[in-house]
Parts: sequence; structure tokens; C-alpha cells
Amino acid sequence: MDVLLPRSLEEALALKAERPEAIPLAGGTDLMVELNFGRLRPAAIIDLTRVSQLATHHQENGDVFLGAGLTYAAIVKELPDFKPLVQASRSVGSPQIRHRGTVGGNLGTASPAGDALPVLAAYDADVVLRSQARGERSLPWHAFLRGPKKTALAADELILGTRWKRLRGPGSFSKIGTRNAMVIAVAGLCLVVDEDGRRVNVALGSVGPTIIRASQAEAQIASVMGSSGAWQDPSTTVPDQAIDEFAELVASAARPLDDVRGTAAYRRHGCRVLARRALTWSLNERRLPTWL
Amino acid sequence: MSIDIRRKGGVGESVRRVDGIPKVKGDFEYASDLRRDGMLYGATLRSPHPHARIASIDAAAAAAAPGVQAVLTHADVPGKKTFGLDVQDQPVLAVDVVRYAGEPVAIVAAEDPEVARAALKKITVNYEVHTPVTDMERALEPSSPSVHPQGNIVRTLQVIHGDPNAPADVWVEGRYETGMQDQAPLGPEAGLAVPAADGGVDLFIATQWLHADHEQLAPCLGLPPEKVRLHLSGVGGAFGAREDVSMQIHACLLALRTGRPVKMSYGRQESFYGHVHRHPSRVWMRHGARRDGTLVSVQARLLVDGGAYTSTSPAVIGNATTFAAGPYEVPNARLSGTAVFTNNPPCGAMRGFGAVQACFAYEAQMDKLAAALGLDPIELRLKNALKTGSVLPTGQPIVGAAPVRECLEGLRGLPLPADEPALDRDPMLLPGGAGNVGHGETLKRGVGVAVGYKNLAYSEGFDDSSEAWVRVSVDGHGPVAEVKTAAVDVGQGIDTIVTQIVRTELGIDRVLIRPPDTTIGSAGSSSASRQTMMTGGAVQLACQAVRAEIDAQGGMQQVRRPIEASRVFHHRPTGKLDANGQGDPHVSFAFGAARAVVEVDTGLGLVRVVQIAVTQDVGRALNPQSVTGQIEGGSAQGLGLALMEEVALVDGQVKNASFTDYLLPTILDMPPVVCVLVEEPEPGLPYGAKGVGEPSTVVVPAAVVAALRHATGRELPRAPVRPDDLVGL
Ligand SMILES: Cc1cc2nc3c(=O)[nH]c(=O)nc-3n(C[C@H](O)[C@H](O)[C@H](O)COP(=O)(O)OP(=O)(O)OC[C@H]3O[C@@H](n4cnc5c(N)ncnc54)[C@H](O)[C@@H]3O)c2cc1C
Repeated sequence: MDVLLPRSLEEALALKAERPEAIPLAGGTDLMVELNFGRLRPAAIIDLTRVSQLATHHQENGDVFLGAGLTYAAIVKELPDFKPLVQASRSVGSPQIRHRGTVGGNLGTASPAGDALPVLAAYDADVVLRSQARGERSLPWHAFLRGPKKTALAADELILGTRWKRLRGPGSFSKIGTRNAMVIAVAGLCLVVDEDGRRVNVALGSVGPTIIRASQAEAQIASVMGSSGAWQDPSTTVPDQAIDEFAELVASAARPLDDVRGTAAYRRHGCRVLARRALTWSLNERRLPTWL
Repeated sequence: MSIDIRRKGGVGESVRRVDGIPKVKGDFEYASDLRRDGMLYGATLRSPHPHARIASIDAAAAAAAPGVQAVLTHADVPGKKTFGLDVQDQPVLAVDVVRYAGEPVAIVAAEDPEVARAALKKITVNYEVHTPVTDMERALEPSSPSVHPQGNIVRTLQVIHGDPNAPADVWVEGRYETGMQDQAPLGPEAGLAVPAADGGVDLFIATQWLHADHEQLAPCLGLPPEKVRLHLSGVGGAFGAREDVSMQIHACLLALRTGRPVKMSYGRQESFYGHVHRHPSRVWMRHGARRDGTLVSVQARLLVDGGAYTSTSPAVIGNATTFAAGPYEVPNARLSGTAVFTNNPPCGAMRGFGAVQACFAYEAQMDKLAAALGLDPIELRLKNALKTGSVLPTGQPIVGAAPVRECLEGLRGLPLPADEPALDRDPMLLPGGAGNVGHGETLKRGVGVAVGYKNLAYSEGFDDSSEAWVRVSVDGHGPVAEVKTAAVDVGQGIDTIVTQIVRTELGIDRVLIRPPDTTIGSAGSSSASRQTMMTGGAVQLACQAVRAEIDAQGGMQQVRRPIEASRVFHHRPTGKLDANGQGDPHVSFAFGAARAVVEVDTGLGLVRVVQIAVTQDVGRALNPQSVTGQIEGGSAQGLGLALMEEVALVDGQVKNASFTDYLLPTILDMPPVVCVLVEEPEPGLPYGAKGVGEPSTVVVPAAVVAALRHATGRELPRAPVRPDDLVGL
């Protein structure tokens, strides 16, 4: 097995073009598990940890760019304004895993239980890819994540990072697991409010083959907030019944299965409870905005 | 006898662990670190089926693969084809039938571990697949297929005491279940077998009991006992998992066949298949009492799943049944217990050994009874508490210390942790922890207590003695004491305790522990909370003999040549149970009580355990810090059983053989443990010290689940309790 050690993005892309079978390695927290279990024996590995261009983030014209090589620990430290992303990052693994694991790796693995993914979905993020031959392209998150552990990444491409339009509004990420840390999500939910677009975006993880947006619920609550005047006046009460309805619609968007981590019935129930809580938190926060 | 407990580094002091610094620094050599020049790596082919007949095995392609030095099947086992601690019914390598998924079928030795594993894939086994028996109750039905020719019952026993049909004012009844728990020692099974010039073999091994391994190895290898020598290697935890043989015989067979050292070292996944687990249980109980709370009668039926082979199931069900009435005076009882064979993975020893399953049921019953009578749960327990002189359902009187009352009152005296407002609390300190699932919504607090007990050392007529050798000499730095036993330090700290005992008895600071091996007599197993009393006792006797000789020579200054002595310590003899379960089965008992305070997010069914408090009958704490460590660790393992630890089985297949999905408590799940040591020296044991490893594991699962019942008002008859159970799905 060859281990290739590019020192720049150009070098990395050239290597990937030359050896499309080579597997990129970022933090290795998914890849090394595959190797250790003997499920993967790649002919070559491209270690991206020396490619500093990947471990960056910046904001431009209201857009946010998050480099594929940013670790969860770096996100927690450097991006406190992106609360749902920080909450998701904080929920990942253990300190060791958060110091190695990256959002690019989460995207590369494309597990329905990837904790960064519901956040990117709720932000409506694009995934930015690049190859030496064809240059850069961007895909909406749902076009990139094509199924459980399936992505649209071409063999000669690398993930550069993700980009989304910065939203104004509160939001949160929550993850249910059967222990209080270091656990694979039984259900995860990210809710973000887009004050300017007058939308509430809700994305679910671990309750379907890939990340799910609860679009019916999103439409229902945006319209209730419209007709009740809550968009204009955050102090307007959103009726309990509408919140219940919203929670119910979120639960029905889930497509969970029974497995060793949890039952389908509990996962659906969890989505309902998390939806209700997350919406309530955001509505309360709109009254006393801390996200401004 | 008076002991100078002020002797520096002697008994009674929280002496630092002798293995502490090397372990913390990473210098300690565990069995998985063993290396020899020219060594080969062994690997094991395991059955994918829980029940099948082996029609044929073709190993030719594997044997011909480059780098492969040997491929062995049952035909290559030169001696006895089976092993086992109690009954030798487990094949070294499956002969014609496999009885559980994961059963070893063939072994390979190769130049490198990857080559060895690749060779396994080249072995073709033709299986004729049969329907497995996977449910312990169905195993008892006459229509069930038989796992073994003699049927599906490993052992069944009854304890009849007084008049089991005696009338009572109030009856409560319940059914309870516990799941299959894994010991999850951090060091998976590992050892190195080195062929010797005399045609024998030296095995360096992480085990709990060198001599029990030795007794099973020599016949299978077809060698006289003296040609099989076992040497202890570094043990990374055990908790019962290393009581049964795993890779020992396999490594020796490969070493003897190839003439080269062979190392076998399981990964985590294989470890789940490579050792026995805690017996899952199903228990029915009925308790009758007078209106004032006095217990009149206990009726119980206990069923445990022994899996495919006998292992220690007979003793486990013996314990579960004889302890089924709890640490209470019960004048009338009918307790029946059965361990069955199924095609599930074999079950055997794990911390608490049958007492855990019984306590989970009888303590739930005591809470039910308290509720039915409108009594305070602790009052009800105090009213019926065992004490010295009480007679157990087996007819055995308690002659030693039985501070059940003191344990319960100790708990009652501990202040409850203050209520913490949910508002503005760091979500990390709420149920769900790092998942940020709530801000304190639907939060309910609950408190539960449990008291229980367990036997120390082996029971029912077993003489698990221990031998120690002590030698005192004088060198340029003054006197030095050397000690040798076969006692295994699995991490519990026996080496440190032995050092403390030698210092106390001989007044010599420098104590060297020689590496344990089979050249000395057995120390018995590092299990059943027994090493401090048994090997500690032997070391004390040997020291006293040496001391007498030193005194006879006129004191240490007069000693010219080394003085040595060997002694064997036996516990008091016990007896078998008769047909009605009457007799004198147990040596001595340790009692303990626990109180758990929990918070439940009742919306999501998630839990934060706020505090665990344990009061434990320890006889006398020889090293208080070690005792506290045992109580904390035992509590963590108990909390694991209550909330998350379960080997998930579907049709005999393990579904979570890794730490990804077999969840152990993390530091965010494990609360601070408040420990109170109840010290009432036990007559007849060295320094009056009782074993301390198990009582917390016995009582904590029952206490945690009682607290969950209190918080939610739900029945919760099964551990581990799942979020689904807490929300009522
Ligand atoms: C103990 C443990 C706990 C864990 N807990 C969690 C958890 O709580 N939540 C969670 O979501 N995950 C968890 N994981 C999984 C893992 O940590 C995450 O998925 C993490 O984001 C992976 O990132 P990485 O940088 O380590 O990826 P790697 O393992 O390096 O790579 C993963 C995949 O992405 C590809 N890849 C990486 N970077 C690029 C790139 N720039 N371009 C193209 N392809 C790329 C790799 O080729 C590989 O296929 C856990 C893992 C472990 C071992």
C-alpha cells in the first residue's frame, strides 16, 4: 500500500488524477476503522492532513465556506456563531475523535448517522468539489449525498468543503443516543430559522437511508407563522396545536428502521419530541434574540 | 491476634499500587504485547451458524498458501478432544457439530497475522444447517431439539424451606429479566505458546486461574502435566471472562505442531465470541408477608440461559437459587432454579455470578411489597434484614458478620444530592448529555435502593485453596522478602495486598513478588471475591512460619542464610446441597446496599444517573483506596447492566460484537460514587477482611432500575432498561 503525502492542494489533485484508485485520508476516524476491520485494502492512500488549504473557513458576500479539512474541535473553537454546527460538532465521538475527525470525512463517508450532515442539509449547503481536469463544481447537499454511503464524488475529485448562504435566525442541533456521549445517533435533528427567507428548515439524521428534510413540516410552520403574524412580530404566540402538528409532520417525514441501536417506533417518537423542543427553543429565542 | 497496623506500607493503609506507575506510563507488558523472535501468528476459523453438522472440512488450499505453517482441525488434537471447567463438554475444535455461532472449527498459524486471517477464508467447511434452540424457555419444551444428547438441562435445583404453602396477608408477584452482559475487559484474550526442548510447551498467558487452565490443557495436548508450564502474562482485566479457556489450547497446539512460538491475540470483535458472558435470566417471584411487613414466604422460579456448553452454569444457577430470597429472614421458601443449554454463545462467570440476576428480582419484589403495604422501602428491608445467627433458606446459619442493618442505615444516613434546577443547566449535565436533546423538559428525579449479598470463594464442597512461598534473605541493603504464589493480579490489586501483608507480618519493607506460574501450587481463581482472603491467608501463614524461624534464630540480625516457608490456606469446608436444597453450601458472605439517584427525560426516555451511594460490608479494608476502586468499578459495571450493556442476539447471532454498538458507560454516564465501608471483621479470615469485588455489581443494577421506576412510575421488569421502556413504547 502506497501512502502519498501531498503538501498542497495542487499536488493532491494531481495525485488523485494520476491514481484515481487512491483513497483520501483526512482524520482517518472512518477510514482506519475500515482498514482495521479488513473491509478495505486500498492500493494507495492520499493523506490530506498536510494540505493546509483544506483546513480553512471564511465568509464572503454573505456566504460561508467551511473547508473539508476542518476538525470538529476547530469548529467548536473557531465558529461559535454557528450554533447548530457547534452543537453537532460537540456531539461527535470523544475528544480524540473531535481532534482528528473532519466535516469532509463526514461527507466522504456519507453515513445517514453523520452528525454534521443534518446541519449542512438544514443550511441548504452546497458541497464544493474539485478535480485537476475539470476544475471546481458545486452540488447541492442532496445531490452530493446519493444514498447510504454513496456520494457523487468522481474518482479524480476531492471535496474542498461546503458553502452556504449565511442565515439570520436561531437554530439548534440535537442528537439522541443511548448513552450520554460517544454514541452513534439513534436520531438527529437540526432546525434553523431563516428570518429573511421566512422559512424554518428541519433536517433529520439516522432515521432514513440518507439525510431527510421534513418539507411538509417546514411549509406548515412557515405558513402558520405567516398567517399569525409571527414573522413580523416575534412576540406573537404560535399556538401549541400548530407546534404539535409541526412535530407530527416531522415525525412522519422520518423513514426509520429497527436495528440494534434503536427501534423504528422510538426513532419516530424521538423525531417528534426533538421537533417540538427545537421549534419551541427557536421561537423563544426569537423573542430574546441571542443570534444577532 | 494483634497486628501492627501502623507499620508503614502495611495492611490498612492506602498503599500505592505496585503496578500503578508502569501501567500509567505504558511500560506494563500485557499479553497482547508478547513477542518472540521467529514467532508465528495464530488465527481461528469460527462457525457462522449457531447449530449445524459439519459435513466436511477442506483445508488444503489454506495449508498450501504461502506463509501458512499449519492448519489444524479436530483431527489434529492429539489428546482429549474437549475441555471445560466443570464438565469437559466443549470441543477444542468442533468435531462433527457446531453448537453456537462463533464456535472454533479450525486454527491456522502463519508468518503474519494478515496471512493467517486470509488463510481462514481459504478453508472450506460444508455445514448442514439445523434449526437452533435460541430461547431459554422453549429449550425446556419437550418438542425442542436437543443441544446435547442428554437434553437441554444443565442443572436444576430446588430449595425447600419451612412450609412453602404457609398463608400470608399480602402477596406480590412479578416477572423479571436481565440481558446478556459482556465483561468487556480492556485487554482482549492473548497469549504466546513456546515449544520447549523437552517436547513440552511453555504458555505465557493472561488468565484468571493458571492451574485450571493447566488442568484442561495437558490432557488435550496429550502431554504429561509437567511438560505443560503456564506463566502469567500481563492481564488487562477479566471480570470472569478469563475463567474459561479461550485460545490457550489452540496456541499450544500450533506451537507444538510448527516447533515455533505462536502468538494468538484476539481483536475486540473476536473477543465477544472468544469468552463466556453473563447469563441472561428470566425470573418469577412471589412474596408473601404479614400486614406489619414481616416476610412469611418467598417463592421463586429462576431460569438462566447457559448457552451451548456447561462452563460454570451449575455454580451460577446454584448461586442464583440459594440467594433468591435476598438478605432477609424468610421462614418459608420454595426456590427453584434451572440453567439450560441453548445454541446461544456459552455463558459463565461474570462479576456477581448469579447473585446479580437474583438481586434484580428480589429487590424489585421488596419495593412492590413496600408499596402494597404502604411501608417505607428501607423500613421493610430493615424489618426483615439478615443478621449473624439468621438461618438461610438452605438451612445454613450465618456464623460470620452480617451487617445488613448497618449497610441500610448507613445509606439512610447519607444526604441526598441537592436538587439542581434544570433551567440554564449545561445540557451536558442533563439526560442525553453531549447530544443536547433538552433544556430540562419533562425531567423527573427518582431514588431507588437495593440491598443484596453474595458468597465469597467457591461453594458447595469445593476446596479452592491457595499456596504461598515466602523467603527472607539479607543483602547489602538489608532484609528482603520474596513471595511467590500463582495468584493472578487481573487489575484488582492482589500483588499490592500481598506486599502489604508481608510488610505487616515480617516488618520488612522490601517485598519482591515473583512472577506467578504453575511451578507452585494453585492459588485458585481470581474470582468470587476470594484472592485477598485465600492467597492473602496463605501469604500470612507462610510469613508467620518464616517469622517463627527468624525468632528461633534470635532475630533478623542473626539470620545468615535465607529462610523460607510454603503454606496452603484452606477456607472452612462447605457441603453439597441435598435434594431439598438443604446444606451448608457457602463459606462466607459479603453484603452491600446501594442507593441510586436518577434523572429521567421522560419525553425521550434518556437517563442521567446523578449519584450512586454504596455501603458495603468489607470485614476490614486492607487497602481502603483499592476497596473504593472496586466499589466504583463494580458500580459502573452494574450501571452498565441497568442502562445499556447487552449482547444483542437474534437467532443465535451476536449483532453488536464491537464497542461501536455494545455500549459501555462513559464518564458522562457514570456519576460520582459515594462509598461507605462497613467494617466488622469476619472471624476466620485473615485480618477479618472480606472480598470486596462483587457486592456493588450485585446491588447497583437493582438500585438504578428502582430509581427509574420511582421517577417514571413504570414497571420496568427488564434490564437493561431501554429508552422505549421509559417512554412506554
Ligand atoms: C470512536 C468513534 C466515534 C465516532 N463518533 C461519531 C459521531 O458521534 N458522529 C459522527 O458523525 N461520526 C462519528 N464517527 C465517525 C467519524 O469520526 C466521522 O465521520 C468523521 O467526520 C470522519 O472524518 P475523518 O476526517 O476522520 O474522515 P476519514 O476517515 O479520513 O475519511 C472518511 C471518508 O471520507 C473521505 N474523505 C475525507 N476527506 C476527503 C476529501 N477532502 N475529499 C474526498 N474524500 C475525502 C475518505 O476517503 C473516506 O472515504 C466516529 C468514529 C469513531 C472511530
